[in-house]
Amino acid sequence: MILVNKDPLTFLYLYGYRIGNEYFVTMWSRLKKFFIETGDLSFFAARYFKEALKPPFEFRELLRQCYQMGNRSLFLVGITGFIIGLVLTLQSRPTLIQFGAVSWMPNMVGISIVREVGPVITALICAGRIASGIGAELGSMRVTEQIDAMEVSGTNPFKYLVVTRILATTLMLPILVVFGDLLALYGSALVENIKGGVSFQLYFNTVFNALNFSDLVPATIKSFFFGFIIGLVGCYKGYYCKKGTAGVGVAANTAVVMASLLLFLVDFIAVFIADIFYEL
Amino acid sequence: MENKDQIKYKAEKPDLGTVIEIRDLRKRFGDNHVLNGFNLTLKKGSNLVIMGKSGSGKSVMIKCIVGLVAPDSGTVKILGKEINNLDREAMDELRLDIGFLFQGSALYDSMTVRENLEFPMRRHKKKLGINKNTEPLVLEALENVGLAHAIDLMPSELSGGMKRRVALARSLILKPKVILYDEPTSGLDPITSKEIIELMHRIQKIYGTASLIITHDVDCARVISDRIILLVDGINYAEGTYAELSKSTDPKVAAFFKK
Ligand SMILES: Nc1ncnc2c1ncn2[C@@H]1O[C@H](COP(=O)(O)OP(=O)(O)O)[C@@H](O)[C@H]1O
Ligand SMILES: [Mg+2]
Repeated sequence: MILVNKDPLTFLYLYGYRIGNEYFVTMWSRLKKFFIETGDLSFFAARYFKEALKPPFEFRELLRQCYQMGNRSLFLVGITGFIIGLVLTLQSRPTLIQFGAVSWMPNMVGISIVREVGPVITALICAGRIASGIGAELGSMRVTEQIDAMEVSGTNPFKYLVVTRILATTLMLPILVVFGDLLALYGSALVENIKGGVSFQLYFNTVFNALNFSDLVPATIKSFFFGFIIGLVGCYKGYYCKKGTAGVGVAANTAVVMASLLLFLVDFIAVFIADIFYEL
Repeated sequence: MENKDQIKYKAEKPDLGTVIEIRDLRKRFGDNHVLNGFNLTLKKGSNLVIMGKSGSGKSVMIKCIVGLVAPDSGTVKILGKEINNLDREAMDELRLDIGFLFQGSALYDSMTVRENLEFPMRRHKKKLGINKNTEPLVLEALENVGLAHAIDLMPSELSGGMKRRVALARSLILKPKVILYDEPTSGLDPITSKEIIELMHRIQKIYGTASLIITHDVDCARVISDRIILLVDGINYAEGTYAELSKSTDPKVAAFFKK
């Protein structure tokens, strides 16, 4: 290469510039793609609201989806919540003891779980479990022309497949979050019970006294949005799946990535807005 | 040019015996010009076969007929109704009269065979006067394809030939006036193919439907066709009976019938 003939400093400079430039260009094109996708996703969401409000409604399919979603992720959410509660408490204990504030444990863990950790962890798990599942399921239905077959037999596939799934995730995620929260608190209480001799009753009493209405409301609203995003992204990726079996894998995979990214984005916005209200 | 054509078509008397009429159908995907002015007329009770190389746009054409693909220009008339002008409601109503057999069967793989067959009825129960019990209809359709014993199986438990037959039963269950077959024998062994073709013949006799059959299977075309259209370069390159076309000396036509 020509670059090698230059003195080391020029070489470093030019080479560094080239790499930096390439990095910038790929980052930029990725960012552009992300924004275009988000735009498409908004159109998809708009279509969802339009179709969801128009009869006929697919109640039976909605119930079936709700049941399946709960059933598929209840165990996973429970066990993860429990371990998070356990670990969070174990990790904070030494520091709190140092400051002589270990009696504040229920307040600290309770608030962080209910406000932030519970909803985010549950949503991330559901993004991995449900968004990818929906992406793969609808993707393979698209590839094998099952979605076309529905259309031809007079059932609106958007209503039957997409609307029911998005509604189901929106309704089910808050329930899963509450379940995850409770198990996380139980895990935390277990540590305090074993290590600090705090009774479960005292622990939970302290937690519930520490929690305000203003902790619960934003967390619940946030959970609905998380559920909406998980269903929306999964359906969007599956419904517009590329032909071919490779397309199904891509749909499932990108559904998880995009859902997780958007979850954090929404979480950031939610925390930002909630913070404004706390200040008031 | 376009104007003259329009006047010519308007001058034609409405023909009540015509089930499907396609005029100057055009469709492209980006730079890929798939259909470049395709025409077709399907008469009541007749079998029209469309032949063409794979990738020549046969599936795109047949999907334009049922409104799964929107053409760039051209008109599609089914049973006297122009589908470009129909809203969703009217289109669904029209689809009652059209059976569609997909290239890969397209059975719903999360549902049993019974649920697959019940699915087309769910929107139309009131209109068809079907009471709650759909069992007799499902059984009748399955018996017609010789698969009554498979009623409670999942699609994953069926062989390729059985899947195709269930799909056929599903497209027949509402007793449509016209059936569109997209490569009914593709991916099947010769013996099963023959069975499917016989089945199509039998069903035609029972229900008296018109059919549009896409295939590149010469045997299938010979047995079942009243007329054949060769789809080459996005237009109907040649048209005629099997006997006429198989004698043709045009190289592009002869290529289809070479043994
Ligand atoms: N949804 C689509 N988007 C882009 N190209 C398509 C689409 N559907 C079909 N095509 C292209 O149209 C051409 C005809 O496809 P098709 O009708 O499936 O062929 P066949 O005659 O084998 O059924 C192919 O080149 C295919 O790549
Ligand atoms: Mg095809």
